[in-house]
Amino acid sequence: MQYKSEALKCWDKAKELRDKYYSDYATAHERGGIRWTGGAWSFDAIPYGLGDDVYPLTGEPYAASIAFMKDFSIECLEATEAKGWARDLCSYMRNYWGSMYLNKWAFGGPFPKADFAWQDHICCTHGKWDQHVAEYEKIPYFCIDVSVGPYQDIDEPKLKYVVDQMHEGIEFLEKATGREYDDEKLIQAVNNECRLTSTWAEICLLNKHKPAPLDEKSMYSLYVFGTLSKAKKEFADFYEEIRDEMKDRIERGIAALPEERCRLISDTQPPWAFLKVFRYLEKFGAVSVGSLYTFALVGIWEDKPDGTWGPRTTPAQAGIKIETRDQALRILADWNLSKPEWQHFYDPTIKTRMMKRIYDEWDLDGVMLHLNRGCEGLSCGIMENHYGLTQDDVPVMSFEGNMGDSREFDEARTMDRIDSFMERLDLKKIS
Amino acid sequence: MGCFCSYVPEEILVAGNILPVRVLGSHEPQNVTEPYLFGMYCPFCRDVLAQGLKGRYDYLDGITLSQSCLHIRQSFIAWREHVEVPFNYYIYMPNKVQTKAATPYLKTEFEKYKAHVEEVVGKELTDDDLDRGIAALNRNRELMHKVYEYRKGDTPMLTGLEAMYMTVSGMWVDKDEHSAEMEKVLEQLPDRQMIRDTGTRLLVVGSENDDTAFIDMVESVGATVVVDDHCTGTRWFWNSVETGDDRINSIADRYIKRPPCPTKDWEERWRFPHILQLCKDFNVEGAIVIQQKFCDPHECDIMPLRKTFDEANIPSLFLEFDVTVPIGQFKVRVEAFLEMFGVDDLF
Repeated sequence: MQYKSEALKCWDKAKELRDKYYSDYATAHERGGIRWTGGAWSFDAIPYGLGDDVYPLTGEPYAASIAFMKDFSIECLEATEAKGWARDLCSYMRNYWGSMYLNKWAFGGPFPKADFAWQDHICCTHGKWDQHVAEYEKIPYFCIDVSVGPYQDIDEPKLKYVVDQMHEGIEFLEKATGREYDDEKLIQAVNNECRLTSTWAEICLLNKHKPAPLDEKSMYSLYVFGTLSKAKKEFADFYEEIRDEMKDRIERGIAALPEERCRLISDTQPPWAFLKVFRYLEKFGAVSVGSLYTFALVGIWEDKPDGTWGPRTTPAQAGIKIETRDQALRILADWNLSKPEWQHFYDPTIKTRMMKRIYDEWDLDGVMLHLNRGCEGLSCGIMENHYGLTQDDVPVMSFEGNMGDSREFDEARTMDRIDSFMERLDLKKIS
Repeated sequence: MGCFCSYVPEEILVAGNILPVRVLGSHEPQNVTEPYLFGMYCPFCRDVLAQGLKGRYDYLDGITLSQSCLHIRQSFIAWREHVEVPFNYYIYMPNKVQTKAATPYLKTEFEKYKAHVEEVVGKELTDDDLDRGIAALNRNRELMHKVYEYRKGDTPMLTGLEAMYMTVSGMWVDKDEHSAEMEKVLEQLPDRQMIRDTGTRLLVVGSENDDTAFIDMVESVGATVVVDDHCTGTRWFWNSVETGDDRINSIADRYIKRPPCPTKDWEERWRFPHILQLCKDFNVEGAIVIQQKFCDPHECDIMPLRKTFDEANIPSLFLEFDVTVPIGQFKVRVEAFLEMFGVDDLF
């Protein structure tokens, strides 16, 4: 069977928005704006309370962009190694630090120094990453610890611990910038974040459709906005446009892959310099329709009354009007603590259950696990996931690699493993 | 009770008449952990899990993790999933010990853990029980401090190897028995005649380290380890519980304020001033910085730590540890390192 296919209409706008994001950051000071650096999971809604001219640089997607530029990435990694850092540290961090040391911005010009660092901590690296950035750039630094356990166990003391740090963080922001904090802007940003992250889950949900309107390789270019600034209104609006386009594609029977006959998911960040892996799958009529990573790195989900997984109901959808700073912070903390991609940090069996759920609900044929040497956080417990999925009779293949260090990826071996996996799934290359 | 990481509140276990046992590795190559732990995680966490899978801790009634790094966390989870053990408990110890929210939050986590221990032992833990647990741990810590005092002099009265045996055994033996032995040692130390040259006075600092063969080798080539910053050494026992009316709060405060593991040492650096103070107090001439291969928290500290040593004119040597260490190669490197200190004698 051959489905119809066509290019994504939102593609050009996605490129434009992404370019603008980085350009706005680099040129923020020219307009009297503020720049902060941190992580994709930083509570970026909070610094928006400083004003409309506050621009973030989230380290992981910036480093992923570097990783995609293979030669520049090697230059950055070697610059970090030349300083004496270990080669097995987080490869995003090493790419970012290298760009900082070289004073080279991936998009041209010098590396723009941030005014402060604003991070959150769940893996062993996050808190240390920006500790070094802050020391090197001589900028103030604040980091919120969110490692209070899986959402199923969250109680008032755990929530309070995170919210108390957020309140401390606002005091830090005022001191670091000399600006007065605006709670109304915080409330708007929290509503934006809930809208964006719930809408992203809605987009991923639409990929249950056969044929899938979106393939994972394309998803990487779209999910990124939730990692760049999940509390930005412009991005939340854009996600609604994407969702509408996906609905339209489904109505018109538009497939991401015209030859779709096998549906897979991957796991963890891909090896950014080798996205051709996904194109290779297409030769077999196999499409990766996503992953727990692309669905839930930013997407926020909940159990629906019919027992399926769906986008979490936003406070606005639930009729909740946020009126105070504390209320906004409590909602923000609770919302983020429910992030599916945070759960495996405490217990890989939760992740295995979520992956099995995606396997069943998205009607998949198999799972590809990227044993990612570049990220100790997302690879945490991955062998338990492998074990758990195979115990549930899910066809699983694994391949070793590194999201941000192309020197740690064996392309030929990976393709050979894919050949074997396809053979196991009884698929031959489409001539 | 098997304790994963030195952040487990042993006071509460002792209050319940439970023997805390730090779960450590065996320093033997193994191949039983591969199905459960990806090879990019540290050799220590894999060595620990191997002991469980091989049944070497089959006497444990339970295991407890107090949250620290992702590496040992996976050993705990895999142990819970694949090794038969009646009780298991995960304490969500905060990673940001530098926030004022940390102690109140940890207090609630320790209160839950106390309830778990009560369930294990089948009785309520009273304030008297907690006082007994706190007193046993504080006495043990105080005695270790006293022994360490004898390492400060021109002639340290015990070697680094002996000190390592003392601290690590303290993680396994009943606290009162251990303290009684240390009291005997303290009676003997003032009159002890050391029949070895002190050589270069060293600090050993870094990841988990109970590698007695390594310390023995270092001390066989013209050096004495006079102090350490390890979770099997000073980081484990350095500070005591300052008892208040709210016992659990006091215990929580102790674990928040103890010399931190690097994974909890941000935004500011609390570790380095403490380590430099140790160097000063113990008259350290050089430092051996060790790291379990793939240990991310320590890898994130090693460069700035060595820079700190450089700025304090303390030469340092970096060595990467695996389950077993290449003693011969390390000996050559340690000898070359120590030669730096004797250069004035040569010329």
